[in-house]
Amino acid sequence: MVDVRHVSPKGGDALVMVGTMKGAFLFRSDESRRTWQRGGPYFPGNAVYAMAYDDRAGRRRLWAAPESFHFGAVIRSSDDFGKTWSDGETANVRFPEDTGASLKRVWQIAPARAEEPGVLYAGVEPAALFESRDGGQKWSLVRGLWDHPHRPQWQPGGGGMCLHTVLLDPTRRERIHVAVSTAGVYRTDDGGRSWRTAHKGVRAQFLPDKYPEFGQCVHKIARHPARPDRIYLQNHWGLYRTDDAGDSWTDVANGVPSDFGFGMAVHPHDPDTAYIVPLESDEFRCTPEGRLRVYRTRDAGKSWQPMTRGLPQKDALETVLRDALTTDRFEKAGVYFGTRSGKLFASRDSGTSWTQLADGLPPIVCVKTAAVSKAKATGKGKGKAR
Amino acid sequence: MKVTFRIPGPLLSFTGGRKVVEAEAASADTVQEALDQLWRLYPGLRDRVLTEQGQVRQHVNVFVGADSIRDTGGLSTPVRDHAEIAIIPAVSGGS
Repeated sequence: MVDVRHVSPKGGDALVMVGTMKGAFLFRSDESRRTWQRGGPYFPGNAVYAMAYDDRAGRRRLWAAPESFHFGAVIRSSDDFGKTWSDGETANVRFPEDTGASLKRVWQIAPARAEEPGVLYAGVEPAALFESRDGGQKWSLVRGLWDHPHRPQWQPGGGGMCLHTVLLDPTRRERIHVAVSTAGVYRTDDGGRSWRTAHKGVRAQFLPDKYPEFGQCVHKIARHPARPDRIYLQNHWGLYRTDDAGDSWTDVANGVPSDFGFGMAVHPHDPDTAYIVPLESDEFRCTPEGRLRVYRTRDAGKSWQPMTRGLPQKDALETVLRDALTTDRFEKAGVYFGTRSGKLFASRDSGTSWTQLADGLPPIVCVKTAAVSKAKATGKGKGKAR
Repeated sequence: MKVTFRIPGPLLSFTGGRKVVEAEAASADTVQEALDQLWRLYPGLRDRVLTEQGQVRQHVNVFVGADSIRDTGGLSTPVRDHAEIAIIPAVSGGS
């Protein structure tokens, strides 16, 4: 029987949530982020592709979507940092009967804005968006996207037919971007009733028509909260940036060893700074030259520099998947990523230097962070985190 | 009529630890009807064994006696009095 450890984060602590193909883990540190304690595995044996932290309305709630290979996926929550979880007896994300579809995987859990604390979104496979308006008790299919005329023609990528990223515009409540592999970026400006493509200029290297109406294989999109019209995009071949919320995209693959990769993250305080981990090719999805390098841009993609200090630079044929690279919200930004080989790395100086937090975990499929809010009685403070 | 269900280890949390569940039903002509009796006793089992579309999950096998219902008519497979129905995870164990 696997031994499950627990952590007890306090207000102001840093929390890293790690989903793997065989369970979830928590890593906590104080705000210095020098030493870490590890909790887990939670849901041992279950794949956990989606995790989130929800500090709205005074909560300190973890969300996770454990998925049994045999018995399906549910979204569960914990208000005590993983010691206990909501029961999960009923499958709470269910496709309506008339769709004929069955849930395969939850790829993303996205708590909505602070002013709507009961609202959450979930991106799932087969590609669809679900919404909850009662704090995650009941989930319903967002019909506007499901009924989009493109949807029946979407094709699955190597990871499946998944809606893997949900970006909520912090300033326009009705605007949501979603990314679907293989379909592209879709945007609603009316709260989900209607959707249109938002990937003009993104190349589909793998199709005869390189700029189709849809069919782009978008691996990840990442937005800066202070400049919500700016989004970075890692495509299945291609790095892009938009400054107009996806109406047009500019190629920013300048000085990278490969523009193939999966993960992408934005600095929490600087919209010009973003991170990627280039992989050699779609044929050989490993770090080029056996060197594990995070590439960082500080000029919105005009140039990228390799970050290597503390990362293995020899015989490191690693893979970082689409949701396994992220940043935190501390004053001195932390950057984190996990590998398919079960290594977890962290930087607490905006990516300049790195330390390894864990090795030997199951294959890592998602990495999320939180600055732990103060206890409920004291409201929503976050220590020194912004 | 009486039906005996065998529950796999990963689902015992939904049956209070019971590996064997006996159900009495006025009528349970098919596996579907027999399983409906099981869901009434232990509702958490239903969504583990069936998809939201009411189909047996791809990697779950249901046997009546020694026969997989995939070979005998699926959920419409006939069930006799004193039948034994086993729910068994497929050997395909995930990546």
